[in-house]
Amino acid sequence: MNLTACLALSAALFAIGAYGLVTRRNMIAALMSLELMVNAALINFVAFARFGGPHHGHGDPESGSLFALFAVAVTAAEMALALAIVIAVHRQRRHLDIRELDGLHG
Amino acid sequence: MGDPAMTGASAWETLGRVGYGILALPFLSFLINGLWLGRKSPRASAWTATALMGLNLALAVILAMGYRAMVLGDPQGFPQRTALLWNHTWMDFTLEPGTALAARFGFYLDPISVMMVLVISFISFLVNVYSIGYMQGDKGAGRFFPLLSFFSFTMLGLVVSSNLVQTFFFWELVGAASYLLIGFWYTKPSAVAASKKAFVLTRFADAFFLMGMLVTGIVAGGFDFAHLNGPEAAAALNHTLTAGMFTCNLLTLGTLGIYMGAWGKSAMFPFHVWLPDAMEGPTPVSSLIHSATMVVAGVYLTARLFPLFSAAEHTLRVVEFTGAFTAVFAAAIACTQTDLKRILAFSTLSQLGLMMFALGTGGSAYPASMFHIFTHAFFKCLLFLSAGVVIHAIHSNDVRDAGGLRKSLPRTYWATLIAVLAIAGIFPFSGFFSKEEILHAALANGRYGAFLAGLATSALTAFYMSRYFFLVFHGPRRGSPAHHAHGDGHKPIREGLLMTLPILVLAVPSAFIGWLSKGFFLDHVKPPVPGFAEGASAAGESHGAGLGGTIGGGAEWLPIVATVLALTGVAVSWYWYGLKKNGPGFPGRAAPLWYRVLADKFYIDEAYLFLAKRVGGRLIAAPAAWVERNIVNGAFDLVTGAVRKLAFLQGLFHNGQVQVYIAVALVGLWLLARFGSVGY
Repeated sequence: MNLTACLALSAALFAIGAYGLVTRRNMIAALMSLELMVNAALINFVAFARFGGPHHGHGDPESGSLFALFAVAVTAAEMALALAIVIAVHRQRRHLDIRELDGLHG
Repeated sequence: MGDPAMTGASAWETLGRVGYGILALPFLSFLINGLWLGRKSPRASAWTATALMGLNLALAVILAMGYRAMVLGDPQGFPQRTALLWNHTWMDFTLEPGTALAARFGFYLDPISVMMVLVISFISFLVNVYSIGYMQGDKGAGRFFPLLSFFSFTMLGLVVSSNLVQTFFFWELVGAASYLLIGFWYTKPSAVAASKKAFVLTRFADAFFLMGMLVTGIVAGGFDFAHLNGPEAAAALNHTLTAGMFTCNLLTLGTLGIYMGAWGKSAMFPFHVWLPDAMEGPTPVSSLIHSATMVVAGVYLTARLFPLFSAAEHTLRVVEFTGAFTAVFAAAIACTQTDLKRILAFSTLSQLGLMMFALGTGGSAYPASMFHIFTHAFFKCLLFLSAGVVIHAIHSNDVRDAGGLRKSLPRTYWATLIAVLAIAGIFPFSGFFSKEEILHAALANGRYGAFLAGLATSALTAFYMSRYFFLVFHGPRRGSPAHHAHGDGHKPIREGLLMTLPILVLAVPSAFIGWLSKGFFLDHVKPPVPGFAEGASAAGESHGAGLGGTIGGGAEWLPIVATVLALTGVAVSWYWYGLKKNGPGFPGRAAPLWYRVLADKFYIDEAYLFLAKRVGGRLIAAPAAWVERNIVNGAFDLVTGAVRKLAFLQGLFHNGQVQVYIAVALVGLWLLARFGSVGY
């Protein structure tokens, strides 16, 4: 287990998340993909904390993990908001298809 | 310049305030009447304007007296009789030390500027009084008086200007004011056309004025008249540029450019066509344009820069030639015209020609030319105002409808008689003296061509002016057919007091001002730099001799010849037009060819139309329009079309689909990371 493997995992998760975010029609699936992307970034945090960056020697496990924990907390709060919006949308439109929700169109 | 302290600083300051007042009062009248009073009550605005112009006249008299006492009365302090009342720097472009390339706003005092201030104030005041009567009942009267005041203001600013920039500024304002006044009755298409004609023609000439002014000012290192009229400026300008086969002398180029402005403004041939058409304006405006404002500005500018012009031999020849030609040309046309005001307009052209060629013949004619501006202003103003009375009385502009008005308009009759005698140059009326001085000077300077042109003009002037007089006031009352049809041909004609009073007042200077002021002009009116012409007298020693000594001299036979010629003109016209049915009358279509050519004004207007429509329109404007439509517009269409297409493509992304936005953002992020300067 080394930094490269962690970063590869993170990149793969990020790519899967991005793909899902762009392609899934269900809003909840899209949110899950979004969550994947956020967690991919968090893996990066933890990995750099554990192994250190390529130019800076060893990392700082405590503060790195702490950042990741904070981010998890923020993401959880964000997800609560997002799910509230999802429910509100579902109540109004009776469906959750992102392609139909083009209200941003000018 | 003398030291103001020597002449009493406080008196000098008071005079300076008078100078501000002279410019401020007409402008104030323009503002009050134009912004407020004119709309509320035309009648009140007429009286306000007249009162303010009366006050202005009083200030002008004070200025003249102050100038006489403090400048003329102090030959040691002011050897050149010039002074600056005040001179503010407005914009300073001076880059090199020793030059003064600045736009200033000043009040220049010298004999001719003071003379012009007096004339303008006097004539403007009388024209205002006259207009109260003339414009009574006109719908636009409230618009008329502010414009009239503005016209006076611009001309006053022009004559007192201390430098070329200020002159140009007011020069253009005079043009704008005349445009507004000529086209005053803007519902009449002919008036609109005339105002446009005047504006376009003078603007065309002014473009050359601007170029000449810039060349002169920048090369000579300053726009101030005091500087330009000095020998250093002429020396700095006097060098020749060679570019391939072209050579040009900067002095000639600059002065010719400036003269082009004067050429257009004073309506010298071939720019004269705007002046007869300017008759479309109300008669008081014509009177003002022809006597004190507008057209004399050209002669005045030439005189103002006379020392510089006299160093430029070629320019002087051009001045002389255009002046002499216009004098005879316009006088010949005036002999056949049938429109009251048009006859007077051509007579103005001819008289301006006299003033102009006088300047062109050299230094000794300078006072004579200024003298003629002075006397001409009074009798020409009188003639126009009386023509206005006649037009009011018979409701027609045509001499063929007039006739026999001697009984019904007695006061106008006598005043017009005086003015006609004055312009014909009959002793002892004012025109005799000034015209004689011009002829004397031309003869003394050895300019025989111009002299003969002057003599011919005198004879023709006497002829056509007395023709005008006999046709309008003597003989049977003809009346227009329309009038007879309506049966109001016998409606009593009356002379309103407000309209006849200015005419009677003007009759006094028309009669006497000639011999009253001759001495003043001979003694005091000289080009402002003494000894200048001697140094630059390429035209011969007569320049210098004329500058220093008295005018004329010798040629005692000249007044006799001039008078005989004038009397011959009057006699011929009496024989043809005064005695009944003796002369050519109004031959119309049956006229011989030469008569028709004269009556149709040598087809100059037609030539202009041909030039404008055929040459300008087909050869220049039509191809230009094609290029404009197809090439210029095409290029624009291409660019705007491409932008529109791009915008459409871009718009495809903005379809409200959040996922597309996200994809675009991700691609952008990738592009930034891949090609941007962020990262390692």
